[in-house]
Amino acid sequence: MVTQLGGPATRALPAPGKSEPPERGTSLTGRIVKIVLLGLVVAIAIWAAFPLVANEAWIGLGLLVATTAVLLRLYLTPRHIPAKYLAPGTVLLIAFQIFPVLYTASTAFTNYGDGHRGNKDEAVVAIESASVTQVPGSLQYALSVATTGDPATGPLVFLITDPVTKQVSAGDADGLKKIDDATVTGSGKVTAADGYTILNAGQASLRSGEITALAVPVDGGAIRSSGLSRAYEGKAGRAYDESCDCIRDTATGNTWTADETVGAFVAADGERLAQGWKVGVGFSNFTRVITDRSISGPFLATLVWNFAFALGSTGGTFVLGMLVALALHSKRVRGRNVYRLLLVLPYAMPAFAMLLVWRDMFNTDFGLINNLFGLHVNWMGEAGTARLAVLLVQLWLGYPYMFLVTTGALQAIPAELSEASRIDGAGAWQSFRRIVLPLLMVALTPLLISSFAFNFNNFNAIYLTSEGGPFPADNPMNGATDLLITYTYRLAFGGSGAQYGYAAAISIFIFLIVGLVSAIAFKRTRAQEEVYA
Amino acid sequence: MKRWMKQVGWRHAVGLLAVAFSLGPILFVLSAAFNPLGTLSSSQLMPTGLSFGNFQKLLTDTDFPRWFLNSVIIAGVASVVSVFLSALAAYAFSRRRFRGRRVGLLSLLLIQMFPQFLAVVAIFLIFGTITDYWPAIGFNTWWGIILLYLGGALGVSTWLMKGFFDTVPRELDESATVDGASHVEIFFRILLPLVAPVLAVTGLLAFISTINEFVLANIFLTDSGSKTLSVGLWGLVAAEQRNTNFGIFCAGTLLTAIPTVLVFQLLQRYIVEGLTAGAVKG
Repeated sequence: MVTQLGGPATRALPAPGKSEPPERGTSLTGRIVKIVLLGLVVAIAIWAAFPLVANEAWIGLGLLVATTAVLLRLYLTPRHIPAKYLAPGTVLLIAFQIFPVLYTASTAFTNYGDGHRGNKDEAVVAIESASVTQVPGSLQYALSVATTGDPATGPLVFLITDPVTKQVSAGDADGLKKIDDATVTGSGKVTAADGYTILNAGQASLRSGEITALAVPVDGGAIRSSGLSRAYEGKAGRAYDESCDCIRDTATGNTWTADETVGAFVAADGERLAQGWKVGVGFSNFTRVITDRSISGPFLATLVWNFAFALGSTGGTFVLGMLVALALHSKRVRGRNVYRLLLVLPYAMPAFAMLLVWRDMFNTDFGLINNLFGLHVNWMGEAGTARLAVLLVQLWLGYPYMFLVTTGALQAIPAELSEASRIDGAGAWQSFRRIVLPLLMVALTPLLISSFAFNFNNFNAIYLTSEGGPFPADNPMNGATDLLITYTYRLAFGGSGAQYGYAAAISIFIFLIVGLVSAIAFKRTRAQEEVYA
Repeated sequence: MKRWMKQVGWRHAVGLLAVAFSLGPILFVLSAAFNPLGTLSSSQLMPTGLSFGNFQKLLTDTDFPRWFLNSVIIAGVASVVSVFLSALAAYAFSRRRFRGRRVGLLSLLLIQMFPQFLAVVAIFLIFGTITDYWPAIGFNTWWGIILLYLGGALGVSTWLMKGFFDTVPRELDESATVDGASHVEIFFRILLPLVAPVLAVTGLLAFISTINEFVLANIFLTDSGSKTLSVGLWGLVAAEQRNTNFGIFCAGTLLTAIPTVLVFQLLQRYIVEGLTAGAVKG
């Protein structure tokens, strides 16, 4: 249990052969603080336990008890000193970062996404209720559309009254549920119900698309709306047949057979039904990137641009920041503090807002840049100018940081070094090239690497400015300024159907690329440090 | 004169050009915020008037004051706590020798390489369950999103701090141990004050990145009253209101800069020192 909860942290033991100094008696205040904090942990654990017990979530409760017990044991015994310092951050890291990341990675091997969310039974129910049509003799209901949340966004519910038993029920995609506290008119229309907000005609018509799509499954069919105030219980046109493991259309006799490898019902001619279920698909999400021509071509272009963007942003900000820092690094320049203060201002402005401001400064019709220079360039409309624009924005946002850092590093380089090289006859350029730059690079390479890794996945820089566009006419998925991360985001959450499994596979690709590049770079830094240190 | 130009003059020229580049967009935001018309199409680089109409609309027609409060509290608490958690871990990595130390350090770097927000689907599902069980730390709450941000407390900043801790001579702790100080006392009384610059820098960086965080907040905070500045202001210039709300948006941008500038001023004397000293060790 210990290893599972704490990972490397709680497994930490004192190095063998070297005995840890025993923990000494701490001061009184220290002990009081410790008791109060541990008491707080226990109190939080007890508070958290009640809902778990009430919902009979025994696995969650077990995890909670085990975590609390491990924490208490850790802090009440004098051993495992490093773990005492690592535990708080590690618990949060596991819960809110490692676990979600592993969960996401595991979906990379499935077809999880729109149309493949639930299990097979849910898919069958969805197919059957979607095929419901009104037949002669269908039961009719007076319908009230309601919600348990906000009228504009909350989940929709159909409130209906059984014409025979007068029982009021609330129905959603999971089925019908009886409710007792409701006010019903003579015609069977529900006008008020406890816990539900009934939508008025205006609110309902705004969401008519969702209302039409909602089908409440019942035996042998489903209840669907016809208009906003009537509903009928229709017969399913398609039904699941267990003997052939297929869906059969009762009217035409067509069949779609379940294919467990793709998680869908497939007809003999290859036609698939839209509702499928989630299945493991092995590595096909990964191989798709390489083998599918319509994906691999644009993907490669995006990858190349992604590298160009990360290198361009990092290199551009570094060169400009260093140039300005070098220019101002002289005792003879008066007002250096004023310069410094003004130059750092962009760094203090909220980046997300400034990205949006830049987006509007590049506006074709009334943007500042076209106004100022008397141009009429459609900046975000052409691949070349759009790329230039996003790089320029990054330059503006990023160079103050590089300026600050380089200034600090320059101050740390002893002036005697370059003076000595001058005496030896080196020119200004030579002394910069041979003395100052190598020393700067030793100090700044780690920062440059992390800047590269950050820019490689700089989602905001693209999403808030060009949104990945402009898009080629034949491919609305990969834009000219798309980074892998914005591309992935569109796959996962974009309008044309979510493909979480595929998106997760690409995020693993991104992870490998950035990790590899950083690892190589860090290795080289170590070598460099040994040379110059 | 020619000699002055060659030795000092060009430095001023570069400096002035850089200042112009830096301040241009900020001047534009300033002009647009005070622009009486408040639209994008009527905004110029130089101020065209002095009107507080945009600020007034921002404060009365939107939930801006609430967003501001949410952002300051969330970013403030998250950055202070994450700096503290990170410092604790950095102490263990710098001063203690234990099995799994190298692996632990490397995995911290590796985890950062995974684009965390792609885990939003998982995070969404996890917090959906949490909201059902414990609404107090669920969606649309301060505590929920602070906890989520604290998941990233250990990471690059831990490395930065570990580098800084390494520069503090070990003899200091050893002599304190001889004098009878416990490891807790060494950490709080001796090391923490010495590494104050790097605490200030990582705190500032954490504050800035939390205030700017958009993707997670956008999914997590959907009630207008619980939004942060980034989510709220983004909503102001979404889609078709881009032109009309531009002045209000710029007014909001200026006000958003205030907490960052204040934190910056507060920590200024540590910042250059901390930024570079940690970098040398990596």
